[in-house]
Amino acid sequence: MPTTERKAFKSEDMVLSMGPQHPSTHGVLRLELRTDGEVVELATPHIGYLHRNFEKHAESVPYPGIIPYTDRMDYVAAMNNELGFCLAVEALFDRGGKTIKIPEKAQYIRVIVAEMNRIASHLLAFGTYGLDTGAFTPFLYAFRDRETVLGLFEEICGARLLYNYIRIGGVVKDLTPDFHHKLRDFLDYFEPQIDVYNKLLTDNMIFLGRTRGVGVFTAEQALSYGWSGPNLRGSGVKWDLRKEEPYCVYDRFDFDVPIGVNGDCWDRYKVRMDEMGESVRILRQALDQMEERGLLEDTVVMAKVRGTIRPPAGEIYSRTETPRGDLGYFIKSDATDTPERVKVRSPCFTALSAMEEISRGCLVGDLIAIIGSIDIVLGEIDR
Amino acid sequence: MSKRVERTSPAVQVRLDVRHPASTTGVSVDYDEIYEHLRGRFGTEVVLEHVQSDLTDPKKPIVFDPPQILIRPDTIAEVSAFIRDDDGLQMGSLMCVSSLDRGDVLSVVYHTHSMGLRHRAAMRVDVVRSDPVVPTVEQIWPTANWHEREAHDLMGIVFEGHSDLRTLILPEGWEGHPLRKDYKVQEYYRGMRVPY
Repeated sequence: MPTTERKAFKSEDMVLSMGPQHPSTHGVLRLELRTDGEVVELATPHIGYLHRNFEKHAESVPYPGIIPYTDRMDYVAAMNNELGFCLAVEALFDRGGKTIKIPEKAQYIRVIVAEMNRIASHLLAFGTYGLDTGAFTPFLYAFRDRETVLGLFEEICGARLLYNYIRIGGVVKDLTPDFHHKLRDFLDYFEPQIDVYNKLLTDNMIFLGRTRGVGVFTAEQALSYGWSGPNLRGSGVKWDLRKEEPYCVYDRFDFDVPIGVNGDCWDRYKVRMDEMGESVRILRQALDQMEERGLLEDTVVMAKVRGTIRPPAGEIYSRTETPRGDLGYFIKSDATDTPERVKVRSPCFTALSAMEEISRGCLVGDLIAIIGSIDIVLGEIDR
Repeated sequence: MSKRVERTSPAVQVRLDVRHPASTTGVSVDYDEIYEHLRGRFGTEVVLEHVQSDLTDPKKPIVFDPPQILIRPDTIAEVSAFIRDDDGLQMGSLMCVSSLDRGDVLSVVYHTHSMGLRHRAAMRVDVVRSDPVVPTVEQIWPTANWHEREAHDLMGIVFEGHSDLRTLILPEGWEGHPLRKDYKVQEYYRGMRVPY
């Protein structure tokens, strides 16, 4: 309804509290809604329920000890969080002229686990987004297939969610001998499954009705609010750090960067669905290249790093592409074994900061669709 | 970057047209040029220093990546508006706002990035511990809103002119700023013992 028409029917404002234990808020987030009838005039997010002050902890823990803490930020894509931190510390060494040479096999393993985790994370986003919009079945499909990925992770590092697998200088353990067969089997099974998901949810009329044209965020709005990852690409900006600022061996793979057109909820959702297909492509190429380069027989996955890790003094900002967007680490080192300051630039934090802007004038029911579509993880927002 | 976005309001202005070919690493490393450009525009009164890596002693290297351009605190909003709108800089995105405790001074570091020109720069302001006031850059990059609220909570930096400097992450009425080096946990919070 146009604003002027709505004003004619203006009723008394009502303040509603949504959360902190509301099933659609994906964690402990509270939204304070000021509503006029069914229309949201202002949605103010209240965060901090999961605040553990990771940044303060990091100041008193040696560098390798910080990695498990990074797992606990974005706990559905822990591998990507570890990778970002390790790359930042390695970059500190590198810029100071003390380069740690990461074994080639470890480079490939890092890409493989990061992309597997991206699939697992996007599956969770897909499943829960179905729940948010009223479809229960996709959730069960998503969790069934996510289980396989978590099973593979369990095989290589013993943990299903919080891995502590990627370390400064490489990865902690080699892949199991039949890992690449199992992963190939999974990819062969999984690729056609994406079409099944699309049939289940993406093209579903009710789902389209709930998400098409809802929560539109233009490219310029998205950029000014520092959006990144699938949210930014949903608004039509072709920007992916794996392409723009390649790290590890991402420049050796051929993959596309899917983008949306309208910047609505459906576009953001669809970008994630398409990205799963691209991750499959990257994983296939990574396995092929490992075979071609004879890396499967290689057993060295960790560089020779001296017992205590003391990066050169200085300050560095390094960022990587996680399933939720640019994850940045700002590290200040004073050449001792603990950092003096670690600051995390969380992609969900910046995405959620646009909540007031994106939800202005939407319906209360649509608000659920909007929160689900930006795919937030509160552990990373509150840190 | 295929899509050209029309500007609607100065606050959300972003340019996406690519005028320079991307460098191989994705990051243009000519930080000196950016520094000289800023210094030429604002002079030495405002652009104080270029804090760079120092690798002369291989045993004790000092790393600054990206190098930090030290700006006089009260001019940060003006400089930010310039680097966003200037044709040669086009810093359309603010990646991160970090706060640091350096002992007698508190710093705020702004990491900015240009998607159009594919370069980045870091600006830094140092403020005295007793009176840590920095003008807000929220009207230039809306994303700074929450970053500044976070820095206000955890480091106690006051962003002058900020539209909404309420507590964001800490519980309401929490005393002290946890990320300061001299932080002591309060004994009681609203009658509850800490740690409980």
